[in-house]
Amino acid sequence: MSKKVLVLGEVREGSLRNVSFEAIAAAKQIADGGEIVGVLIGDAVAGVANELVAYGADRVVTVEHPHLKSYTSDGYSQAFMAVVGEESPEAIVFGHTALGKDLSPKIASKLQSGLVSDVTEIEGAGDSALFIRPIYSGKAFEKVKVKDGIVFVTIRPNNIAPLTKDESRSGGVSSLAVDITNLRTIIKEVVRKSAEGVDLSEAKVVVAGGRGVKSEEGFEPLKELANVLGGAVGASRGACDAEYCDYSLQIGQTGKVVTPDLYIAAGISGAIQHLAGMSNSKVIVAINKDPEANIFKVADYGIVGDLFEVVPMLIEEFKALKANA
Amino acid sequence: MNIYVLVKRTFDTEEKIVVSGGKIQEDGAEFIINPYDEYAIEEAIQKRDALGGKVTVVTIGGEDAEKQLRTALAMGADEAVLINTEDDLDELDQYSSAYILAEYLKDKEVDLILAGNVAIDGGSGQVGPRLADLLGINYVTTITSLEIDGTNVKIVRDIEGDSEVLETTLPLLVTAQQGLNEPRYPSLPGIMKAKKKPLEELELDDLDIDEDDVEVKVETVEIYLPPQKAAGRVLDGELQAQVKELVNLLHTEAKVI
Ligand SMILES: Cc1cc2nc3c(=O)[nH]c(=O)nc-3n(C[C@H](O)[C@H](O)[C@H](O)COP(=O)(O)OP(=O)(O)OC[C@H]3O[C@@H](n4cnc5c(N)ncnc54)[C@H](O)[C@@H]3O)c2cc1C
Ligand SMILES: Cc1cc2nc3c(=O)[nH]c(=O)nc-3n(C[C@H](O)[C@H](O)[C@H](O)COP(=O)(O)OP(=O)(O)OC[C@H]3O[C@@H](n4cnc5c(N)ncnc54)[C@H](O)[C@@H]3O)c2cc1C
Repeated sequence: MSKKVLVLGEVREGSLRNVSFEAIAAAKQIADGGEIVGVLIGDAVAGVANELVAYGADRVVTVEHPHLKSYTSDGYSQAFMAVVGEESPEAIVFGHTALGKDLSPKIASKLQSGLVSDVTEIEGAGDSALFIRPIYSGKAFEKVKVKDGIVFVTIRPNNIAPLTKDESRSGGVSSLAVDITNLRTIIKEVVRKSAEGVDLSEAKVVVAGGRGVKSEEGFEPLKELANVLGGAVGASRGACDAEYCDYSLQIGQTGKVVTPDLYIAAGISGAIQHLAGMSNSKVIVAINKDPEANIFKVADYGIVGDLFEVVPMLIEEFKALKANA
Repeated sequence: MNIYVLVKRTFDTEEKIVVSGGKIQEDGAEFIINPYDEYAIEEAIQKRDALGGKVTVVTIGGEDAEKQLRTALAMGADEAVLINTEDDLDELDQYSSAYILAEYLKDKEVDLILAGNVAIDGGSGQVGPRLADLLGINYVTTITSLEIDGTNVKIVRDIEGDSEVLETTLPLLVTAQQGLNEPRYPSLPGIMKAKKKPLEELELDDLDIDEDDVEVKVETVEIYLPPQKAAGRVLDGELQAQVKELVNLLHTEAKVI
């Protein structure tokens, strides 16, 4: 049976995050011919509504209110539940981002529904859809069926391909007035530490450094390599704790989960908590001077050697490749 | 301050994982307190020591979870509660876990509840926020700092590497992120004392929960290991040649560049 699906579009600094387009693709599969309604929540978000349509939403509902300028679970849940009340969806898709992780359990609780978090793949469609998600820190996978009630899932960024953007698609955009009251949390300040440029969790190439990078300056060649490849720089906890780089670069269970096409790990030993954040990457390259390092167990290609020799050589080779392309 | 900590007994994911008959093989495996719950326990103890009150650790699980509760008591928690579902339930999901915890906590005087931000095995991060919603109290996830002054609370939380500073009030549920504190190891006297601390065991009947109330909403139909990757290729030869080969492989074989 086809389903009507709500997809929450996540707007950050005025733009939609890529995971929202991926969520529409996931919704399409769950909808099995049913309608897909994008939902945008914020103080001024209607401007990006057409982009959700271009990526496959049939129409968009916006909820705008000054109290929705910053995310709070109270504010956003009031807004989202109002849309649920209007639309009576049979399924809901969020991105498994900081916002999605924080908000989805509250909505699921209010709907008394199940919630399948951190989905990386969907098998089948409509009522027979099965959801695949990593468990045990990524060492295993489970396939989950929704037994009862609304189908509610959050999807891990960079795993489900978005549909092709089609600017000629059209769909209605309507706004819903909701009174947002009783916010119990007051946001005082957000200290932005994440680097400008490519969003780490959505990058196609990630060059990550560990304690083996040895200093803040040691990260410079890694940054250059990432630049040459159009990717982002990441790090292990080891490198963050040693203050070689900021915690916003941390990849792993505590940090960001990434699934790039290419992950280059330099001077990282490969602890399970680190692997939990990157082992799903399509191709993994390890550079480590210890041939016994655990990272080689998950690597597709490995070089045993000093990263300070290997990384500069890689920069030159990739530059040469690009020049000849 | 009446402080509750949600503690989950988890499989130590540093261990090798074996799947047989569609299930994770648990025989002989190491079980630990979920690492993020250790931060929660430590924070609860520190807050109690500073502000007075009592720390109660609560878990849903089987008889075996008593070990993790004793460890929490040895760290310094005052009391423990084991909600034993072994005989009553074959299945449990995040919906039913939160429901059971809410039934236990709904008549208690609660100032602060601490949980882990995520369980390293199930990995959904749902139980804390779901429970807060059922109890009608506010929650803040992935916190790295907690200051309490009367009923006013100041928190720093981690959002994808950025830090958000916020204010709220008790009663409150928070979930712990790495960086909140350094969990202590149980001391020998702590371990001795823990043996005498109260550990209450409850079943669904004691909480007036009907099995129908905790019917799961989602069901695992299959568990499997990731497809075996072909063994990675560690290159050899002269370093410059290895680098050339690697770039070539990424371009022509893996086709990612
Ligand atoms: C609850 C919990 C959560 C955690 N979450 C995370 C997380 O999210 N992310 C994370 O990364 N970790 C996490 N950790 C920490 C994790 O257990 C490891 O301690 C950490 O990943 C180690 O970082 P590392 O590999 O950089 O350092 P190390 O383990 O010290 O490894 C350094 C590596 O560099 C190599 N090396 C040294 N010099 C060179 C050189 N010149 N050239 C090449 N190689 C060199 C060494 O051979 C070694 O393999 C967590 C731990 C806990 C308990
Ligand atoms: C047949 C079957 C039997 C199961 N039996 C058990 C069982 O006996 N024990 C068990 O723990 N899981 C059991 N599970 C798994 C259970 O469904 C989930 O582990 C549980 O719903 C928590 O979800 P999660 O792992 O995603 O935790 P998350 O939502 O990621 O956990 C976040 C935090 O919530 C708190 N929390 C989570 N679970 C518990 C708990 N059980 N008690 C106290 N606090 C908790 C902790 O503070 C934890 O850090 C069973 C599953 C199946 C299918």
